[in-house]
Amino acid sequence: MSKVLAIVEAQGGTIRPVTLSALTLARQAAAALGGSVELLVIGKGVQQLAQAVSAYGDVLVADQPELEHYLAESWTHVVMAATRQQNVRLVVAAATTLGKDLLPRVSGALDAGMASDVSKLVEINPGAARFLREMWAGNVLGVVEIGGPVALVTARPTEFAPAAPQASPGTVKALPPVALGGLKTSFAGFTPSVSERPDLTEARVVASAGRGTRGVEGIKLIEQLADLFNGALGATRAVVDAGWLPNDLQVGQTGKVVAPELYFAVGMSGAIQHLAGMKGSKVIVAINKDEEAPIFSVADYGLVADLFKAVPELVALIKANR
Amino acid sequence: MEQLPPDGEVAAVAHAPGGICLVVKEGNVKILVTVKRVTDPDSKVKIKPDGTGIVTEGVEFKANPFDEIAVEEALRLVEKHKGEVVVVSIGPGDATKEIRTALAMGANRGILVDARDEDLDGLLTASILQKLFEKEKPDLIILGKQAVDGDSNQVGQILAYKLGLPQACFASKVVVEGNRATVTREVDGGLETLSVSLPAVITADLRLNEPRYASLPGIMKAKKKPIENLTLAALGLAGVKPKIKMLRFETPPARKGGRKVGSVEELVALLKSEAKVI
Repeated sequence: MSKVLAIVEAQGGTIRPVTLSALTLARQAAAALGGSVELLVIGKGVQQLAQAVSAYGDVLVADQPELEHYLAESWTHVVMAATRQQNVRLVVAAATTLGKDLLPRVSGALDAGMASDVSKLVEINPGAARFLREMWAGNVLGVVEIGGPVALVTARPTEFAPAAPQASPGTVKALPPVALGGLKTSFAGFTPSVSERPDLTEARVVASAGRGTRGVEGIKLIEQLADLFNGALGATRAVVDAGWLPNDLQVGQTGKVVAPELYFAVGMSGAIQHLAGMKGSKVIVAINKDEEAPIFSVADYGLVADLFKAVPELVALIKANR
Repeated sequence: MEQLPPDGEVAAVAHAPGGICLVVKEGNVKILVTVKRVTDPDSKVKIKPDGTGIVTEGVEFKANPFDEIAVEEALRLVEKHKGEVVVVSIGPGDATKEIRTALAMGANRGILVDARDEDLDGLLTASILQKLFEKEKPDLIILGKQAVDGDSNQVGQILAYKLGLPQACFASKVVVEGNRATVTREVDGGLETLSVSLPAVITADLRLNEPRYASLPGIMKAKKKPIENLTLAALGLAGVKPKIKMLRFETPPARKGGRKVGSVEELVALLKSEAKVI
């Protein structure tokens, strides 16, 4: 029976919601193949995590001291071992920075084709694997066919609803230890971006700042808007390049892809590259003083106004309306 | 790197797979850097009516922006440590233009591998670069993290595995010291730092640097710099079939937007009563 292997990403000892989205794709593929999903948990001291993850299905766990920190080099060996141990037809990971770093290396290791950041399963059977994916900053949708016995994909989390736990928990099996000597990479540190706000890709409301915010004072206004909804803060490339907000808040083709219920695009023109990261949002509100700004063409509600005047008014009025 | 040994002094010996012995000379670093020719990222692409590809007639092409960042980083490293920057492009003959641009920025020489995008995938592109690595024996390969046409973000990572090398992807800072590189990476939730032995594969993210413009003397000099033309056959890769095939291209459904509201009051009222999101 063919398997679909889903690579688990965890944060603070729990499975990340983006992995649950990838799991939805994995389950769709397993159903089409008449096979089953196996969740691969990798790390050091991850038995408890593996037990928790088994709520979502059968778990294969690689728990080794060398796996304390994620490294593409070591994780690739583990995914290879897990894939070779059984009849794996498809390997799925979420299209996060980890998934994007890891899965192509596994593709090289297995000499198996990979489709990045897929938004839909078109078809999968023993002979063919076809997926839909965005290209050219979301201006083109391509149907991609992956040949060969094993296919690899990263799933765009916004395109798949998070999977629910199973009626009864799955099994937890240990992967035989993988030889991980002679690594050429070593972990040298991690500086977290400090934020009290929810993860950009998981928030119900996102307020994003463009160049028009002109720096700290303007950014503060956008923060107030986000905080009104316990929402996340986003940014355009210009804002991140200027150092006004950290890198991992960039929304767009090469940053985060978000699809919240409500997206505020404030003080931004709406470059193609930014639109690629937010046009899947349910409701888009644009505020910009330039009425010709392209952002208005994708916004459900556009307000032509000076953000320094309009945003404080908006915040006050929403508060008053509660 | 305050006190560099004299040029050419052997500082370390590293073994790469495939039996290649690499002598990494401190103060002399050889970097292979890739440049892909892509459609102008700021213009909207059109799909052919039959869905078999995108319209290329009358379309402007440019170097992939992430690759320009890769070239800039290679140049800065060589300015600091001395050495050589070799620019590789895989594409049609027209891609000579993008190689020349990198040469005008300061790269030393170019290699153009003649191939069409439709006949390649990440695996095959990495195989081409693997052959060039074996031929050139660089200390570092720097690529853009993704090409802004296919948006796949795969080649650097595949290549690293094929060569048995460490990878440091989505780099926002690179420091080379002796036979190691310390790379800061842009990852979810913050910045990660890795130390990798050389040779290594690095992919460039947006914040790594601000690429320079080619100067007029640079452009003049670039005209005389050599560009080697290679084919897949010359690299022993003739007839290798890609595993990935694009079956068809579609235009995504357009988002219906464009409605303007007259005031903050109207906006709040609509978000409440019509969109029901607040």
